[in-house]
Amino acid sequence: MTLAVFFGCSFIAFGPALGLCLFSVVREPLRVIILVAGAFFWLVSLLLSSLVWFIAVKASDPGDEPLQKGLLIFGVLFSVLLQEAFRFLYYKLLRKAIEGLVALSEDGCSPISIQQMAYAGLGFGLMSGAFSMINLLADALGPGTVGIHGDSQLYFLTSAFMTMVMIFLHTFWGILFFHGCETQRWWEMVAVIFTHLIVSGLGSRVRQAPSQDPEGPSGALSLSCSLPALPALWCCQLGPTVAFSAISFLFSVIGGPPFVPAGGRCPGAPAARE
Amino acid sequence: MTELSAHLPQFQHGQLTENFPDNHLCNTNDNSERRRHDNSERRRNDNPESETNGQPQNRTQQVVEQDEEDEELTLKYGAKHVIMLFAPVTLCMVVVVATIKSVSFYTRKDGQLIYTPFTEDTDTVGQRALNSILNAAIMISVIIVMTILLVVLYKYRCYKVIHGWLIISSLLLLFFFSFIYLGEVFKTYNVAMDYITLALMIWNFGVVGMICIHWKGPLRLQQAYLIMISALMALVFIKYLPEWTAWLILAVISVYDLVAVLCPKGPLRMLVETAQERNETLFPALIYSSTMMWLVNMAEEDPEAQRKASKSSTYDKQANQIQNEDADLDDGGFNPEWEQQRDSRIGPLESTPESRAAVQALPSNSQASEDPEERGVKLGLGDFIFYSVLVGKASATASGDWNTTLACFVAILIGLCLTLLLLAIFKKALPALPISITFGLVFYFATDNLVQPFMDQLAFHQFYI
Repeated sequence: MTLAVFFGCSFIAFGPALGLCLFSVVREPLRVIILVAGAFFWLVSLLLSSLVWFIAVKASDPGDEPLQKGLLIFGVLFSVLLQEAFRFLYYKLLRKAIEGLVALSEDGCSPISIQQMAYAGLGFGLMSGAFSMINLLADALGPGTVGIHGDSQLYFLTSAFMTMVMIFLHTFWGILFFHGCETQRWWEMVAVIFTHLIVSGLGSRVRQAPSQDPEGPSGALSLSCSLPALPALWCCQLGPTVAFSAISFLFSVIGGPPFVPAGGRCPGAPAARE
Repeated sequence: MTELSAHLPQFQHGQLTENFPDNHLCNTNDNSERRRHDNSERRRNDNPESETNGQPQNRTQQVVEQDEEDEELTLKYGAKHVIMLFAPVTLCMVVVVATIKSVSFYTRKDGQLIYTPFTEDTDTVGQRALNSILNAAIMISVIIVMTILLVVLYKYRCYKVIHGWLIISSLLLLFFFSFIYLGEVFKTYNVAMDYITLALMIWNFGVVGMICIHWKGPLRLQQAYLIMISALMALVFIKYLPEWTAWLILAVISVYDLVAVLCPKGPLRMLVETAQERNETLFPALIYSSTMMWLVNMAEEDPEAQRKASKSSTYDKQANQIQNEDADLDDGGFNPEWEQQRDSRIGPLESTPESRAAVQALPSNSQASEDPEERGVKLGLGDFIFYSVLVGKASATASGDWNTTLACFVAILIGLCLTLLLLAIFKKALPALPISITFGLVFYFATDNLVQPFMDQLAFHQFYI
């Protein structure tokens, strides 16, 4: 693995998000704060869900493989539901913040609209992507050969693409979810939760590895053993995920309201009701 | 505490930062004090591309009216100030983490400080716990003693002693520690370097640093130097504090910070109040400021500096009074700060329009007659150091490695955000350590022990959540 792999994978995974950040988030302090707070909320939801999973694992028999697999799937589903719950909580918090800002402002205009606050979704996505990808990238800098035991050599590449798609998905889910909350269209929120569950559940189609290298941080290399052949992976995981991402993108662009630029025409308090 | 924002933070910071033992391994001590941050008085924001949050600039004019509006404006400006602090804190942490990851010197165990005499290489867990508690207790008592010593020195006006102490500490940091750091970096990357070039580099680095920090210099350069010395101190702490001791010290210091700043008899609070009574500012060398500092050095008898000091300190008081009175300020642009300056220059006069006009015609450097500047925000260097210690320790010793580091980083940033929000609401000096360090510690232990196994399993089975 070389520096090229490292940079290639990191730009595949984080390039679009970085572009989004550079062009629309970095210049506005409020958006940066919303982004970081979104990342924090995702982190808290992950913490709680991993706590639940950890307790379940400790309380069960570690030798029972199917049980452990089942607990993991349960952990994943619980984590997804908790993430969406935290997304809703974050929406509530942002709503209050907007009301506060509107109350404090002179002309009844909030400096940021609820649509822009859907950048919280980007915060969720960035954190999720970072947690999935960063250890992999760190390993990519070190010595080793991917798939040396006969497995897929494109492990890093597919992980990078999956991460990129997940970041996009979280962003679109954020937009759709906030829009659904704003306009009381519950089906949008249900659709977001549903697609999230499906996308996260796709990973279970991957077959298990025979053994795992107990080397801790370098264990990522041994993870390549767990990947099936590439075409199957693309069909089973990356394909549907990209499809969902495209659909969500279409929905958020067409169905969602257009972004109101900061300082633009003010809808009046309370902000942006459809 | 009154609403005197301006100098509060400066005071606290001033003191302790590096006054402590110039000694060999410094460490410690500096801390506590520095951890205050607060809104400064109106100062000109020298940043040419200052953001305005999308708000029109003229909002600054209306700030003198009501308390409520002042509160809104501080909240509105709050986002910008948060970012003004996010950037240096992030930079400091990035420097520390990058060094920890690449230079193995700072993760190698080469003994301990004399402040932490008990070793952690013991046979039993209980003994190790006891040793680390004792270490933390010794360290904290040293810090408390130093703080009280500083408050006493300040109260009895031993400015020369404090000043000398500060200079020796920054000399040590800028020359000795950066020399060691540079040496280790060269060793890591196998760079051949001769002593003459090295001496030249260190000399220039150190002298420019001393000038920027203790005297005058471009704002960005001063900020960069403050970040660098905070990073150097944090690296020293990371190297010489054993594991459990470090976490305990972090926890206890946040509690101490809370107590020292908020309790009426806390040393730092007494320091602030003493400085306010005397209408002085503390040492600007020990605080990171996001805007240009007009004041140079408190210890000098420079009448110019004194005048500026009194001007700026009273400006804020009067501005607050005005806010409280809801008075109509149709004074033709001559706000009380300006009047104060006028009084100090040409003696107390009846404030008539004629006299005002006459004085205005004088070629004075009255920045006060210009538009009210934006508020800057200050953060003590001790806060930088302890944030970086937490993140650095997380990156050095966590099994989750980068996940843990990232989690601690986000936690600290959110803690800083919350602290600034509280600052905007309460408008008085607040300790910056407790919330961030608490979040950081919680996230460190939780991520390392709970999240990491979960993420490992997810990555193993290719689940993306």
